[in-house]
Amino acid sequence: MTTALLTDDQLAADLRELRTAAPASVGFGALVETGLADRYATAQSPLGPVFVAWNGRGVSWVAPREDAAAFEARFTERVGRSIAPADALPGRLAGAIARRLAGDRRVRIDLDLRGHTPFEVAVWTKALEIPRGEVRPYGWIAAEIGRPKAVRAVGTALAHNPVPLVVPCHRVVRSDGMIGQYSMGGPDAKRQVLAAEGLDTRALEAEAAAGIRFTGSDTTHIVCNPTCRDARRVTPGHRVTFPSLAAARSAGYRPCLHCRPVSLAAA
Amino acid sequence: MDTDAVLANGLARDLEAAFPILVANHQDRLYTIALRLLGDRRDAEEVAQDALVRAFRAMRGYPKERVAALRLRPWLASITVNLARNRRRRLDDRQPPSSLEPMVAAGFDIPAGGRGAPQATADRRETKRELASALLLLTPAVRAAIVLRHVDGLSVAEAAEALGKPEGTIKAQVHRGLRELRAALSAEPEPSPTTRTTMPVARLVPTMEAIR
Repeated sequence: MTTALLTDDQLAADLRELRTAAPASVGFGALVETGLADRYATAQSPLGPVFVAWNGRGVSWVAPREDAAAFEARFTERVGRSIAPADALPGRLAGAIARRLAGDRRVRIDLDLRGHTPFEVAVWTKALEIPRGEVRPYGWIAAEIGRPKAVRAVGTALAHNPVPLVVPCHRVVRSDGMIGQYSMGGPDAKRQVLAAEGLDTRALEAEAAAGIRFTGSDTTHIVCNPTCRDARRVTPGHRVTFPSLAAARSAGYRPCLHCRPVSLAAA
Repeated sequence: MDTDAVLANGLARDLEAAFPILVANHQDRLYTIALRLLGDRRDAEEVAQDALVRAFRAMRGYPKERVAALRLRPWLASITVNLARNRRRRLDDRQPPSSLEPMVAAGFDIPAGGRGAPQATADRRETKRELASALLLLTPAVRAAIVLRHVDGLSVAEAAEALGKPEGTIKAQVHRGLRELRAALSAEPEPSPTTRTTMPVARLVPTMEAIR
C-alpha cells in the first residue's frame, strides 16, 4: 500500500472512480413496481403451464405458455409496456393463484386492468362471483350488471379477458347451454378446465341440447341454474327440469337466491 | 435549461411517459450512492430501486408546479440517503454493535485478484477497493457528505440541500472526510481479517463483491 500523501484533487478523482453502473434489475424493477413495465413467469394450471405477467399494480396478463419471444412481442403490442422474464412468480402471488385455481374465491389477487372499459371490468368482476365447478349463461352476467340487453357485449368482453383462469371466464357459457368459445384454446380447453373443477360437461351439454335450461326441486319449489350447488343436491326423484324461467314460475317455483336464475328470452 | 429541468417539466406534464427517462438518467448514481453508503450490493440494489419507486409515488401526489420545480439531482439523492440510513439502522439492530466496522475489517485485506491482468488495472482496482473500504470507516454523516460531493459530484449547495444541512456544515464534513480518507489510505494495512471479524459468512460475500 502506498504511503505517499494524496492531494485533495487526487483523492477527489479517485472518489469519482467509485461510480458504478446499476444492475439492470434496479431500473427495470422500479418500472415494474410502478406499473410501467411487467415481469412474467410460469404457473401451473388445469391447462398445463401458463405464463402469468404482473407488475406493482397486480396481475396483468395470463396466456398459454409458448415461445418466450413471441409472448413478449404480443404482450408489448397489446399492452404497450415492456416485459421481461422472472425466475418465478413472487411467493405470495404464486400461492394466491394456486388457491384461486383450487376454488378459493376469497383469496385476494390484485389485477391490473388499466386500459379496459368500465363495462369490461364489470363483466370480469361479476364472473369472479361464479363458484368453482358451476357455470352461468352470458345473459346472467348481463342481467346481474344491470345491462340485460348487452348479452353479445358480455361475450365479447369475456373473449377479451386478459387474465383467464384468474378471472374465470370459462365459467360463463352460451345462453343455450352450449359450452361456447374460450380464448385459452377453444371449447375443448374450456371443457377441460370445467372438468378439472368437477363439472360433468357432457351431461350439461346433453341436457342443454334437450332444451333444459333450469332445474328445480319439487320439495322446495325453488328453481336454479342447472349447475348451482343447491340444484345439484336435489335427489333424482325430486328433480324437475324447465325449458324457461317462465315455465318454472307458472309451475309455482321461485328463483334460487344463490344462483339467481334469469330469463334468457332475450338471448 | 439543463437536462434535469427539462425532465422535471416532462414529469409534470406526463409522469408515466417521462419516468422511464428519469430511471435511465439517474439509476446509476442512486445505486452508486447507496452502494458507497452501505457497502453491500444487494442492499444497494434494493435501496436504489426503492428510491426510484418512492420518487414516482411522491411525484404522483404532488401538484404539477411542484414537480416541475423539483431539482432532481439533490432531491433523488436525499431520498436515497434517507432509505440507506433506515436500512443501516435496521442492519445495526440485527447485528450486535461493534467498535470496529466488521464489514470494513472483512474487506480490507482481500488479496487483489489481478492474476494475468495488467499491473495498472490491478493497481487501479486495488485503489478503488481500498478507497471503498476506507469510506465505510467514516461516520455516516461525513460519509454521506463525501459520497454526495465527490463520488456523485453534487455541488456543495446541492449536497447541503440533499442532506438538509447548512453549506458550512457540508464543507466542514467534506474537509474532515478527505482528511480521514487520506489518513486511512496512508495507514499500515490491518492484520488478517479472519482474526477479528465475527461476521456471519452470509453477509461477507456481498460485502466483498461491493468493494471490488
